This record gives sequence, structure tokens and C-alpha cells, in this order.
Amino acid sequence: MNDLFDKFQPMIDLRAGLLASGVEDPFGLVMERVISPTVAICNGRETILLGTYNYMGMTFDPDVIDAGKEALDDFGSGTTGSRVLNGTYIGHKQVEEALKEFYAMNHAMVFSTGYQANLGIISTMAGKGDYIVLDIDSHASIWDGCKMGDAEVVPFKHNDIEAMEKRLKRIPEGAGKLVVLEGVYSMLGDIAPLEQMIGIAKKHGAMVLVDEAHSMGFIGPNGRGVAEDQGVLDQVDFVIGTFSKSVGTVGGFCVSNHPKFEILRLVCRPYVFTASLPPSVVATAATSIRKLMHAGNKRAHLWENSKTLHKGLKDRGFQLGTDEPQSAIISVMMPDLERGAAMWEALLKEGLYVNLARPPATPANMTLLRCSLCAEHSAEQVQTIIGMFERAGKVAGIIG
Amino acid sequence: MDRAATADRIATLIEPFNKKGIEITDATSFSGDLEFDSLTVMDFVAAIEDEFDIIISMNQQAEIETYGQLIDAVVKLQG
Repeated sequence: MNDLFDKFQPMIDLRAGLLASGVEDPFGLVMERVISPTVAICNGRETILLGTYNYMGMTFDPDVIDAGKEALDDFGSGTTGSRVLNGTYIGHKQVEEALKEFYAMNHAMVFSTGYQANLGIISTMAGKGDYIVLDIDSHASIWDGCKMGDAEVVPFKHNDIEAMEKRLKRIPEGAGKLVVLEGVYSMLGDIAPLEQMIGIAKKHGAMVLVDEAHSMGFIGPNGRGVAEDQGVLDQVDFVIGTFSKSVGTVGGFCVSNHPKFEILRLVCRPYVFTASLPPSVVATAATSIRKLMHAGNKRAHLWENSKTLHKGLKDRGFQLGTDEPQSAIISVMMPDLERGAAMWEALLKEGLYVNLARPPATPANMTLLRCSLCAEHSAEQVQTIIGMFERAGKVAGIIG
Repeated sequence: MDRAATADRIATLIEPFNKKGIEITDATSFSGDLEFDSLTVMDFVAAIEDEFDIIISMNQQAEIETYGQLIDAVVKLQG
């Protein structure tokens, strides 16, 4: 019998080899208790959380929790239905209203996850004969959206404005064009030069989709993301976002000003053929989004945290993904997977959780320890984190 | 441009990517023989696209496994 699992053998061997070295399984962490947005009990230890994407710390906000409890009581545990059948409750409309206000845009469509938002919008908007031009470091959900559709897929080198323009120029005349960009790229925490890229995309008659998953709530004067920060949000045709980062629950969305946008509710399969979000989830999301509109102080504190951690790690000799902090993600480069896993474990023993990121999720086959800061990390916690990195870095032989 | 002229130009373009200096024929496979990873593919494809002013979409790349198939595709894409 041909075992269909054979194709995974290299991955099985890699994982077995890593665990045989005695390291704790970096992909098997269990949070036994969660104390706050920044502290949990993991594998029996009290641990500072520095890899959650919970940027604005909304998960334990009392108003958010209350809204969720009330919806659970009033509307039940789930909708058991598609948004286009029995799965649209008043709460789904309310969270879409909150998104329209948050982005000051005309239309909002909520999906069950951020992954499905990219999958749905990209595969539906770009069809046979159309061209998708996208950054090579795009998130898996973007690539999967490309794969699910019938468009021609044309990648360009990460953040390379000239490479993007060259490809746009060569697309046959008359073909539909969708340029797909991200505000913050989550592996290195770097931002895109959206102002230039969107200008060029528009010059070549392309529609533009920007995934702002890692910037919502934090970057830009109103927390609308990198496109807002660079003054080009009005030129973006589709903003994709998620509730599973700054908003602090689960779900995904697309906001747009296109006059024909609402037809997507009937033609976008990842929207139609799945159950809608539970009422408690949309209630927490709507409350959180409304609070994020007025979170200027939290945004300022998160920037301080990001700057402090970046400088602290750089000064101690760690190699980082960006020269300057550009987002709430600070990526620490590891020499290889073995030492990366050893450093990850040393940090966990210090009481710090970060993400271990490895190929194929990472660009250029890098192994990274990815740190995502939270507005609820205190200045003192950030200093504690830097001390943990210093000690673990010496134990794991990453710094001298 | 005919196949021979196209092949000559691609032969020059592939040199910096053929790190092990293996002998390349039309049957040479990019993933098997040349061991190109996804980043090398991107850089190599970009070099060819720039040289011939064409687009080789990922959909088209999926159909190209060998050096000979690449030359044929580039000849065709030049129209």
C-alpha cells in the first residue's frame, strides 16, 4: 500500500530529531491558566506572554467580557448557520457597523476567521484571466486564496517597489489586476512602503488589497493601520483584518468603499459555506473595536514598549529583523533551528513565551524568535523580559 | 527570437544560480538536479523575466520542471 503520509516523512524526522535532543516541544505548549493578557501558567510555570498578537490587551477588558456574557445569555452559544441563511444575528450587523465606523468606510463584511477573509476575497475577486501581483513574503492565507482562485499569480521580491512595477507593466492590456500587500509583515515585523506601492498600483490600473492584520488598533492616528499612517487608506480597495489580534477574539473581515461590494455576500464561498461566528464572539468584537477607536494612550504605551525592547535586545548583541522598531513585532534572528529551539526553551525556563518561527513560514529559511508586545506589558515587565533574554542568550550560546 | 538564441541567453542567466556547476541539458530538473529552493526560483525567474521582458506566472512555473521546458516556455511567451 502506498502510504499517503510518506510525503511528511522529512517533517516527521526533523521533529523527532529536535525532540530527541531533549528540548521541550516548541509546538506543544499548553496554557493551563491565563491570568491576564500578558501572564499565563504554561507547562506548570508562571510565564510572561510575548508571542500572542494580543497587541492591545483587550482579551480581559471588563466591558468586552460583559458584552460577551450578555450575548451568550441572550442569543445562545452559536448560530449553527451560514451568514446568508439563519446565521446573521443583530450582533453580526452591529460588529459590521462598528467596523464601518472604525475605518470610516461604507461596507464591512465579517468572516469566521481572518484566514477565510483573505481566502474568500482574493479567490472571489481575481478570476480566470485576471492577474494577482503579490509580495513573495505574503501570509499563507493570501497564498491559499491565490491557489483557490483561477487568476494568474505573479509574485515579486519582498517590499521591492521596482520589481512590483516591472510586473505590473508586463501584464497584458485589458486584464484585471489585483495587487495584494500587507501593512506589517509578521515574520520580521517590518512595514511596507504602501504610499509608493499603492501609487504605482493605481497608476497601472490595479485594484489594491491590503492586509492590516498586524497593524489594526495600533498603527496610524486612528489605529486603522499602515495605509492610514502613510496617508493612502482612501486608495485601498479592500482592507483585510482580523479579530484575533488587537480585537482580542476570533473572526476576520473586509472593509471597502466599492459601491458593488455587497454582492460579495452572495458569491464569496468561504463566506457562504460556513457557519457564522457565535453571538458572544461578535458582541466582544464590536465592544472591543469601539473601545479601540479611543485607545490613543494605549497605542503610545505600546510604541514605548516596542522601542524599549528593540533597543534592549540590540544593545545586548541580538540580531534583529529590523534596524528600527516598525511595529509591535520584534523578531530575533537565530543561527539555525537547533539553537533557536534551545534558546526558545531557555526563555521558557526563564518564564517567557515567544513564538519559534521556522521554515517554511519564515522568509529565506530563517529561524526566528518572534516577540509580539502588548499595550498591557508594563515598563517593568519589558525590563524583566530583556533580562530574561540576556540570561537565556548566554545559556544557549546566542550572545557572548 | 528562435530557440537557439533564447537558449544561449538563458544559459548565461542560469550560471550564477548553478552553484554546484553541474552540466545542464534540456532534461535537467530544477528541483531535483539543481536543487532550487523557492527563493532561488523567485530570483532566477525574475532574472529571466527582466531579460526577455515577459511574465512567467506561478501557474506557468508549475508546468515547468526541466531546463528544456523553460526554454520552450520562454520562446512561446515572447510570442
